[in-house]
Amino acid sequence: MAIEKSVKETYYESIIKQGYSRRDFMKFATYIAAYMGLETSMIGQVAKSLENTFRIPVIWEHYQECTCCSESFIRSDHPIVSDIILDKISLDYTLTLMAASGHQAEAAKQATMEKYKGEYILCVEGSVPLGDDGNYCCIAGRSAKDLLIEAAEGAKAIIAWGSCASNGCVQAAYPNPTQATPIHKIIKNKPIIRVPGCPPIGEVMAGIIVHMITFGRLPELDGLGRPKAFYAKRVHDSCYRRPYYDAGLFAETFDDQNAKDGYCLYKVGCRGPMTYNSCGTIKWNNGVSYPIQSGHGCIGCSEENFWDNGPFYERLTGLAGFGIESSADTIGKVAAGVVAGGLAVHAVAANISKRKELKSRTSRGIQNEKKLDS
Amino acid sequence: MQTRKFRRVYVWELPVRFFHWINALSITILAVTGLIIANPPAILSNKEASDIYWFGTVRFIHFATAYVFFFNMIMRIYWSFVGNRFSSWKAFWPFNKNMWHNFLHVIKVDVFLANEKKPDIKDISIGHNSVAAISYVILFLLALVQVFTGFGLYSANAGWWLPKMFAWVVPFLGGDFIVRTIHHATTWLFILFTLIHVYLVFYHDWLEGRGEVSSMFGGYKFVCDERLKQLVEDEEIEAPKDEEALEIIE
Repeated sequence: MAIEKSVKETYYESIIKQGYSRRDFMKFATYIAAYMGLETSMIGQVAKSLENTFRIPVIWEHYQECTCCSESFIRSDHPIVSDIILDKISLDYTLTLMAASGHQAEAAKQATMEKYKGEYILCVEGSVPLGDDGNYCCIAGRSAKDLLIEAAEGAKAIIAWGSCASNGCVQAAYPNPTQATPIHKIIKNKPIIRVPGCPPIGEVMAGIIVHMITFGRLPELDGLGRPKAFYAKRVHDSCYRRPYYDAGLFAETFDDQNAKDGYCLYKVGCRGPMTYNSCGTIKWNNGVSYPIQSGHGCIGCSEENFWDNGPFYERLTGLAGFGIESSADTIGKVAAGVVAGGLAVHAVAANISKRKELKSRTSRGIQNEKKLDS
Repeated sequence: MQTRKFRRVYVWELPVRFFHWINALSITILAVTGLIIANPPAILSNKEASDIYWFGTVRFIHFATAYVFFFNMIMRIYWSFVGNRFSSWKAFWPFNKNMWHNFLHVIKVDVFLANEKKPDIKDISIGHNSVAAISYVILFLLALVQVFTGFGLYSANAGWWLPKMFAWVVPFLGGDFIVRTIHHATTWLFILFTLIHVYLVFYHDWLEGRGEVSSMFGGYKFVCDERLKQLVEDEEIEAPKDEEALEIIE
């Protein structure tokens, strides 16, 4: 099979084979090193690793998802990214993009799993439905859960692409009818990199893979298993509209003058202050723009439960169990009113119920006062 | 008919009074700035953003006050081990028989306003009563919630190790959104506590006339003679050597 032949190639060899020049390759190494947050002296190491490392076999599974992660990935702004990762180097199995189909495709996956047991990287796009024995998502007649457990068994590491695989995303939104479950809740015994976002930024995805090739290990992860290089900061902290926030200048509605002037979208529900991602620095579509730059608040797509944390256009959102429209403030105000009313009633009742006690105390006090004169 | 003889008893020591007022002030500042941060007022200005920083200042006040609130709380925890009987952690420990007896008494007489035919002098608390004690334990737990969620949210931007120690809170609870919601909702519980707390202080002062309100300024409460004598009999406090000495018993 074609797979076996290409395995012997290094990343560099296959890039050159694709028709890129050495210059293109060096540009790519420089560019991806910058995205990974490495200093310029490390570019050499990135280039060297790509020259000397044999390709890591990758199995890319698609479960409950919309393929937006793959779409984002193949549109990452340097052509080598998609070429090295998708066309040539890595993918032994990805049912969306591979040439083989049907039994051939499944056979290719089986071959990779056997031959590279313990070596291949498993990329997962999409969540896994556990409801009704996993029947909501079946590939080649087998449930997603079954396939995931099988593929994870021999994997070196797992990359959970996108919010579906990392958090469950839209199909896990309340009431989650298919019991869509993120990967880390099913597979416990493998290192898992979570790359949330709907979709994640293409350069982030490429950066993570290149990091693994260059350094031979997983990138540094935070408490939620996300690579720190891309998810350590809130969108808010790298937002170009941040000065308006600190100045207290906010768009009140989407059609007011403040919005036209490009003021901060905090009050129209921007989730930037609660969302960890690189949108403010790497941006999208060749660094052209990102949602806030286009005048729409961040919806927090890389955060857990972002679908349920709505409405997207309000800052103080509804609390579960208290009705759709009641925010913490509405409930707080009502509770404070009820308590204040209750205290007023108590004060009146106290004066009635304890009137004898009060009366005798008062009269004794008055007598004492009179004694002062005598 | 004569008034009872009351004696001054030193209840709230100076650190306790300092704690109380610093705490009250910082909670007020934190609640006000917090609600402004949650829902900033619309301010129209023709200045450039580079010339204005009021929202940043409000946030700075919130964060700075949070530190005051936190260290003040640490001081009070320390004092609960070295202070007098009324400020000791034991006074807040809800697991003993006397405490529950007093709890039921306060619920009956002060919350549901029942009148007792034979008031027992033992039921009059010198420090705080058992219901108050439990409300302070709850307030302490709420304060912990605010400290953990607040420093948790703050940790991503912090450079100091102290707030960074709380960085685990955000992933533990599932993300900034839920942490912020908890932090915001708990603020309202502080407001509710304050309403009830202030009302009940006035209620006790008005009904019993033992200096409930002023005790948090001067430290003294008034306790009737018989109650103190009984405490001596029960060997809960030492017998005073002379008349005046009674005044400075704890």
